[in-house]
Amino acid sequence: MTMRTEPVVVNVGPHHPSTHGVFRMKLTFDGENILDAEPVIGYLHRGTEKLAEERQYTQVITLTDRLDYVASMTNNQAFVLSCERLVGIEPPDRGKYLRVIAAELQRIASHLIGVGFFLQELGVFGGTALMYAFRERERILDMFEMLCGARITLTYMRIGGVLQDTPDEFWPALRSFLDDMPGYADELQALVFDSEIVRSRAIGVAPVSAEDAIAASFTGPILRASGVEWDWRKAAPYDVYDRVEFDVPTCEGGDNYDRFWVRMLEVRQSLRIIEQCCEQIEPGPVRTTMAMLFRPPPGEAYVPIEAPKGELGFYLVSDGTIAPYRCHVRSPSFMSLTLFREMLVGWKLADAIVTLGSLDFNMGEVDR
Amino acid sequence: MGETLAGNVIYRNVYQFVQDLLGEEWSWVAYAAAGMAIILLVTNAVMAIGTLYTWFERRLLGRFQGRLGPNRAGPFGVLQPIADAIKLITKEDIIALGADRIVFTLAPVVMLAPTLLVLAVIPFGAGSWVADLNVAVLYIAAVSGISTIAVMMAGYASPNSFSLFGSMRAVAMLVSYEVPLVMALLGVTVLAQSMSLVDVVEAQALPFLIVTPLGALIFLAAVSAELNRAPFDVTEAESELVAGYMTEYSGMKYGVFMLAEFTNTVVAGAIFAVLFLQGWEWPILPSHVWFLLKVAGFVFVAIWVRATLPRYRLDQILAVAWKYLFPLSLINVLLLAAEIIVWPEPSTAELGIMSAINWAVTIPAAVLWSKVVSLRTAPPVAAAFSTEGR
Repeated sequence: MTMRTEPVVVNVGPHHPSTHGVFRMKLTFDGENILDAEPVIGYLHRGTEKLAEERQYTQVITLTDRLDYVASMTNNQAFVLSCERLVGIEPPDRGKYLRVIAAELQRIASHLIGVGFFLQELGVFGGTALMYAFRERERILDMFEMLCGARITLTYMRIGGVLQDTPDEFWPALRSFLDDMPGYADELQALVFDSEIVRSRAIGVAPVSAEDAIAASFTGPILRASGVEWDWRKAAPYDVYDRVEFDVPTCEGGDNYDRFWVRMLEVRQSLRIIEQCCEQIEPGPVRTTMAMLFRPPPGEAYVPIEAPKGELGFYLVSDGTIAPYRCHVRSPSFMSLTLFREMLVGWKLADAIVTLGSLDFNMGEVDR
Repeated sequence: MGETLAGNVIYRNVYQFVQDLLGEEWSWVAYAAAGMAIILLVTNAVMAIGTLYTWFERRLLGRFQGRLGPNRAGPFGVLQPIADAIKLITKEDIIALGADRIVFTLAPVVMLAPTLLVLAVIPFGAGSWVADLNVAVLYIAAVSGISTIAVMMAGYASPNSFSLFGSMRAVAMLVSYEVPLVMALLGVTVLAQSMSLVDVVEAQALPFLIVTPLGALIFLAAVSAELNRAPFDVTEAESELVAGYMTEYSGMKYGVFMLAEFTNTVVAGAIFAVLFLQGWEWPILPSHVWFLLKVAGFVFVAIWVRATLPRYRLDQILAVAWKYLFPLSLINVLLLAAEIIVWPEPSTAELGIMSAINWAVTIPAAVLWSKVVSLRTAPPVAAAFSTEGR
């Protein structure tokens, strides 16, 4: 006897514990196997790009906070760098160093979230790994609070530098964080690195080849996990990345495990960068004096930076008024979803969830 | 029938009281009343421990994760379960549109029932048991299978894909894990040469955890799967299935599911203590205290595992059951049977020899077999990068 069966379409999200906000997947299942997958986005659309056209350049910085809300610092950085290119100014050295320190701290925080949620979706119940990750992230947020008074939506960077010089308590806090973080990273790795369950769940699952990754405009950790050594901090150094030494870690397989592992490696490189910045930074002004309300000359500018999730850039067009004529956001998270169907089809529901975790996208940035 | 639970105190007093009240000819009422009194005592005590266990679990999970856990309600947050229960009772009890109302309502009850039924045969201390059934091991295996049906009912009655996913996973998993579980129980039965739990306890001159480590390992793994606990908690995998078969439940129906789940863990600890840890026997402390301590030990390990291990995928779970635990449980049973043929009435010294042999077999067998069986993912059947049918 044969039973007549038919595929079932399940909406995973927008209300689902592991869709990173309000992401909706239309998955077609045959049992547990995924036959077709369709991403549905737009539930968090706030019209950031249009709003930016109505605001002065300085005011747009606050909008960028809300794009990738777990990595506001790098959003600020990408925007102010484009603005500076447009206006043609250069921030003072101390400002640049502070930016790099803040951006690398933000990269660590963002990667901790990415790794934490990846492990959470592997099912470390109650989120032991997530709590480990959050504990360290908390210290970074404390340092951000010292820098600018905010923890998530920072608006720390300004066109021509940063908001203000560091308070006295910042440097000891950073020092103790730099001393502790390698141990924390070891602890997190010890929890999962040799775990056969993690390895058997993640190795070889949803692999992306280097060619496919490039063709799909993948950038950042998910590109480097496929074995492509590409990093805007090396390719076109901005701020002071040309004055510090660091490696660009890559992995081979491009599977879920590599996407997770490359982030763990990058955390260590970020620590290296901060370490060097602390040595090189010298007292001085942190910000070039310029008018709050300025009119850049007509033209356009695009400065790509290496945000935690990949290439982030603001394409700004100025028509000589106080507000940008056009502000386009090239967001890495949106590009991460381009191979969504190809990565998920053929795998199981549990793999799909873990794959989403390994992509580490952020809906605030996807929908904008 | 062995001695009844607290036969000297509660049973006799209630019996006497009712008989004095009603007279000799109503002795069957007195008998029923005394029986009910004991059932009330046992079920309520275990359910109270089950609720207390939720507090224990949350506190411990908090510790494992570097946070505090509930600490507001009462000293050390110990009243948290009561607060939870009040919340659940006062919540609206929603039956989703399109649900099969009868099955939907019945499912939590069916879930809780087997847990309480198992209590009938568990000896809680020296001379403290409701019934010394001579097929108790078989009874446990049979009764605990009912919870599978409850999960199936809950998933099938809910108009929700996630519930259906959860219950289908549960059925596939629980059917597979019954086999190694029963084989592990069989090993203990062979060793004790009795299915009565009281006899099993009395046969343990050495704890069976030491005598048959492989059996204990298999029992632990299989029972975690039966309980839907990590790393086998796919049926209610939060990150995948929201809450699995419980997704549509709210209010006290959900509460009963949770109560059943927590009580189940405590009862599983009791079974483990009886089968592998000499039950109530151990010197100095009173037998009931030892029993509770052993249950607490099992529960601690269960929470520890839950806080540490990620979740297997469903196909890997089935592979663990059939490719790993099942062959090992066969080895275990064969080994124990051969040893019992050699030493039909094992003395303590002979049990020592047996445990030496068993440890010598267990460690290489478990390690080598884990090298043979691979859970690493094979590429999916459908090519992941085909663009056909787009």
